Amino acid sequence: MRLITVAGPPSSGKTSVILRLADVLREKNRKIGVVKFDCLTSFDRERYTEYGIPVQVGFAGKFCPDHFFISNVEDAVRWGFREGFDILITESAGLCNRCSPHIRGVLAVCVIDNLSGVHTPRKIGPMLKFADIVVVTKGDIVSQAEREVFMFNVRQVNNSAKIVFINGITGQGAFMLGKHAESAAEVASLRGYKLRFTTPSSVCSYCTGETRIGEEYQNGMLRKMEFP
Amino acid sequence: MTGDLYDRVAGRTLRELLAEHPVAADFFVNYNLQNLRDDLPLAEALDYADENTLIDFGLDKTTVLDQLVLFLQTVVEEKQTAAVQEITILGGRTKSGDAEEFTLSIKPGEIVSIVGPTGSGKSRLLADIECLAQRDTQTLRQVLVNGRTLEDEERFAMDGRLVAQLSQNMNFVMDLSVGEFLEMHAKSRLHPDPEKVAAECFAAANDLAGEKFTSQTKVTQLSGGQSRALMIADTACMSASPIVLIDEIENAGVDRRQAIRMLTKNEKIVLISTHDPLLALMAGKRLVIKNGGVHKIIETTPEERESLAKIEMLDNTLQSIRNRLRTGGRITPDTI
Repeated sequence: MRLITVAGPPSSGKTSVILRLADVLREKNRKIGVVKFDCLTSFDRERYTEYGIPVQVGFAGKFCPDHFFISNVEDAVRWGFREGFDILITESAGLCNRCSPHIRGVLAVCVIDNLSGVHTPRKIGPMLKFADIVVVTKGDIVSQAEREVFMFNVRQVNNSAKIVFINGITGQGAFMLGKHAESAAEVASLRGYKLRFTTPSSVCSYCTGETRIGEEYQNGMLRKMEFP
Repeated sequence: MTGDLYDRVAGRTLRELLAEHPVAADFFVNYNLQNLRDDLPLAEALDYADENTLIDFGLDKTTVLDQLVLFLQTVVEEKQTAAVQEITILGGRTKSGDAEEFTLSIKPGEIVSIVGPTGSGKSRLLADIECLAQRDTQTLRQVLVNGRTLEDEERFAMDGRLVAQLSQNMNFVMDLSVGEFLEMHAKSRLHPDPEKVAAECFAAANDLAGEKFTSQTKVTQLSGGQSRALMIADTACMSASPIVLIDEIENAGVDRRQAIRMLTKNEKIVLISTHDPLLALMAGKRLVIKNGGVHKIIETTPEERESLAKIEMLDNTLQSIRNRLRTGGRITPDTI
């Protein structure tokens, strides 16, 4: 089974891109499944189900979404094997721009949209920096100039990734992503695989449910800003 | 080459480095290192930087240097675009599976229009060109560049840089003035004189626009016609892509003939999908699409070119009626 991790900021078009990719892969009779890692709620289960794509949805809830992802992705792969997929896709929202779900040896896709502003690529961090493929969406509604500046800024952060423009509505461009998907590495199990970038050190009192503000409530690993 | 660059980056003070490669400033901003001492080479300047900043990005002093070299290599490479002397489209099959028998070569400076009913497959043809189809899309068409078939690796390496697109649905989303916007684009192209090329592009855009605008105008406040004019001028003057795919140019507020001339003068290969007779006949050839396939290729005859002048007169008449209504005038049979 081939595995692909897809990550991107909220509303960047991850689900649409995966659905358009599914169109391309279905033409080749590939059986695909999706595991959606979300935070609190998700409306994507219906979108996948309506499309006839087997999907599992997990909510991080009060846990750090990246820690949640990495503690469940191995089981996700096992599920994929049980279902007999040719390709399993994990979809997760990058929430704090600090982390990335990308795993060494697993095809890593980052989805970002042109509407989010030309400087966004420079702010996203590891999720973009460590991706093998950067999918740019919503390019059909911004000017060519903005697309070019956007791409230049993607290149600044990730100089080796392939950049693919996809129209999430018509599917234009999904064909090229399909080509990349077909070349994703086969995975038997993720045991022993490593993340491309560390997840954050979240071991302060607020991680464990503290809500009160004040120095006496701040314990564990903290970082303080310096104000003049 | 890489070694050279490495030595140059490592050996120079940041001030010297930034003087040679102004774009390197972006690199330091990306890593929150914009306040480094610029009188020292990078390695020494980093001794004065907050180590936490580097750790946050998963970097240390050596890897920052490597990353900067990679960064400069990438943006310098970005300058080069594939030289395209010709593209050739080879027919595939129609929606009903019949063979689509045609071969069409297009050279820089040529215009081809694509006509046909809505839903006939015009966009699919543009999509085939965009991904440089190699008999592996639904239409089974093949697109050759400079007479050659392309391996997947070459197609991937194009990264969408081969094709610039212009469509009716496009908007500006940046909160910048026209002048700032053009300079930003010029800088991203690493143009040696961004201000000059931005000024040229601004003048060209105003040439095309029915209503003039200043370089202080916000791009988001331009009218539909002004936006289109700016997008066309920018694509013609600044975009590196040798192929321009146009999905209709609206007929209000833009000098369409001038727009097409501007694109071809800049040695672009231009394909226009259109319902507008003026645009369709400006092309040297027009492809008629039917049932998902190229049904006919028609060369524009001298007679048709002559008719173009008449169509333009009709168009001007309509335009003047529009303007009269706009400015509060009345229409009589004599106006027409």
